[in-house]
Amino acid sequence: MTALSDVSTHAKAGARWRVSEVAFWVLTLACAFLFPSRYLIMTDIVRLALFALSLDLILGYAGVVSLGHAAFFGVGAYSAGLLALHGIINEPVIALVVAGLVAAVLGFLTSFLVIRGVDLTRLMVTLGIALLLEALAERFSNITGGTDGLQGIEMQPILGLFAFDMFGKTGLFYSLIVLFILFLLARRVVHSPFGLSLRAIRNNPLRAAAIGMPVNRRLIAIYTLAAFYAGIAGALFTQTTALASLDVFAFERSADLMLVLVIGGTGYLYGGLIGAVVFKMLQELFQSITPQYWLFWIGLVLVVIVLVGRERIHRWVLFVPNLVIRQFAGRKAVVAVPERDAP
Amino acid sequence: MTIALETRNLEKSFGGLRVTRDLSLRVARGARHALIGPNGAGKTTVINQLTGVLKPNSGRILLEGSDITDLAVHRRVLRGLSRTFQINQLYPELTPLETIGLAVSERMGHGGDWWRRMGTRDDVNAEVAGILSRFHLLDVMTELTSTLPYGKQRLLEIAVAIAARPRVLLLDEPAAGVPESERHDILAAVAALPRDVTVLLIEHDMDLVFSFADRISVLVNGGLLTEGAPDEVARDPQVKAVYLGEAAHA
Repeated sequence: MTALSDVSTHAKAGARWRVSEVAFWVLTLACAFLFPSRYLIMTDIVRLALFALSLDLILGYAGVVSLGHAAFFGVGAYSAGLLALHGIINEPVIALVVAGLVAAVLGFLTSFLVIRGVDLTRLMVTLGIALLLEALAERFSNITGGTDGLQGIEMQPILGLFAFDMFGKTGLFYSLIVLFILFLLARRVVHSPFGLSLRAIRNNPLRAAAIGMPVNRRLIAIYTLAAFYAGIAGALFTQTTALASLDVFAFERSADLMLVLVIGGTGYLYGGLIGAVVFKMLQELFQSITPQYWLFWIGLVLVVIVLVGRERIHRWVLFVPNLVIRQFAGRKAVVAVPERDAP
Repeated sequence: MTIALETRNLEKSFGGLRVTRDLSLRVARGARHALIGPNGAGKTTVINQLTGVLKPNSGRILLEGSDITDLAVHRRVLRGLSRTFQINQLYPELTPLETIGLAVSERMGHGGDWWRRMGTRDDVNAEVAGILSRFHLLDVMTELTSTLPYGKQRLLEIAVAIAARPRVLLLDEPAAGVPESERHDILAAVAALPRDVTVLLIEHDMDLVFSFADRISVLVNGGLLTEGAPDEVARDPQVKAVYLGEAAHA
């Protein structure tokens, strides 16, 4: 093999679909069909997964931390709510995109504040922006409905064809399709030269600039895209629950998101998705065991994950499937793992 | 003589400490110019000002006649000014293939492409293959940079600067810390730089300086002590006194 074909093959290798990824999505779709009584919780998971995917884009790829990602979720949620409530845009898909764009505009405007400084500054600035928006939403209660939230949102059928039902079936499949489309887009972005440049910036911004990379412009672009994703997640929340209240901006929402990524890992896109599933299942489990103190157990799990190390846990979990599959098929386990974990 | 890189009365202070003093330096096009000086002379500070990492307090920097003093780091690179660092500045979690691929994409103006997958442009791939092969990095191109031996990392540091296809290349101690067994590849890479690339070399290793440079500037306490051809500099009693001392090459 010549050097050129070698380079070409290896350069493209990262973007190739793996069996484990296909298996992940097939399993996800299967769950949607297999558990008809669990549409609502699954929709909740899908929304959280999309929201976490959004944070992963800036945290896992560009290394930008945020404690105020709920700002964009909230703006998306209220935008979708107001569009539907006042009949400005009745078609949910168009309203969804518009709500995402409103959040993206806010992301673009605030990105100039966020790209300045380093981690601690960024945590504080993002947290501050979310708090500001929450206070503004409360202040302008004539528009937002204040603490009562937006009342009387009625969602029209999707594309004029699929009406939202009380069991949440339409909502789940709608959310899943949106998640899948946005995942495909994110996947394309992170495997592009732009996506790789973000990883370079996270690794070494000094070297990134020294090869001619406009570091700030790249960070602004990905921050704006992440805000768009968070806005869409927020809009999905409003559209599938017909609710939008002040808690969409709540600090806990941003903090939960960090927990989801601590559980699932960052920088391989599936971290937010897997983390959302595990986080919600743990929440359900602990709430059923001890409704009042479930947070204690979530906290304990996080401490264990951080101390033991997610990569080590992954290896333990993958040990048996790896062994079996290696025996039968001579290849790796069909479970999505971070690239650096892959043997 | 055409001047590729020039500083005019460059001044830089950190608090009360003047680290660059009224420095006027001219590097001719195609030159192999070395900037030497004892530890703490302010050589790396000069490089950092040339590349835009540090902003001078006063004075101007000109690249091929145009003033670049106020340009951002990445804009200077796109104008043709590239550098290596004294301490490797690489991407530990990326591979040499990705590192060089990015540098070439960036130079060709494709670094911001978000819709196209990496590795799908034949022109980029061809150039990446050429650079990796020239710097003996093909065999490790898919390894994480953090796992490479130091000598290979040093080669990658030079390769990534070359990938920007500079007209002026600043080499900050390219052989620093490289074990004797791996020095040959580094020196060969430096010697094989195209003649049309102007090189400003900062180096402590006098063997390398005198075998490579056709012009030497001596920096002491942030100011220019003297400048000339290598044999002139080696004979200069002032230089012997402040820098070369007993280890004088002549």
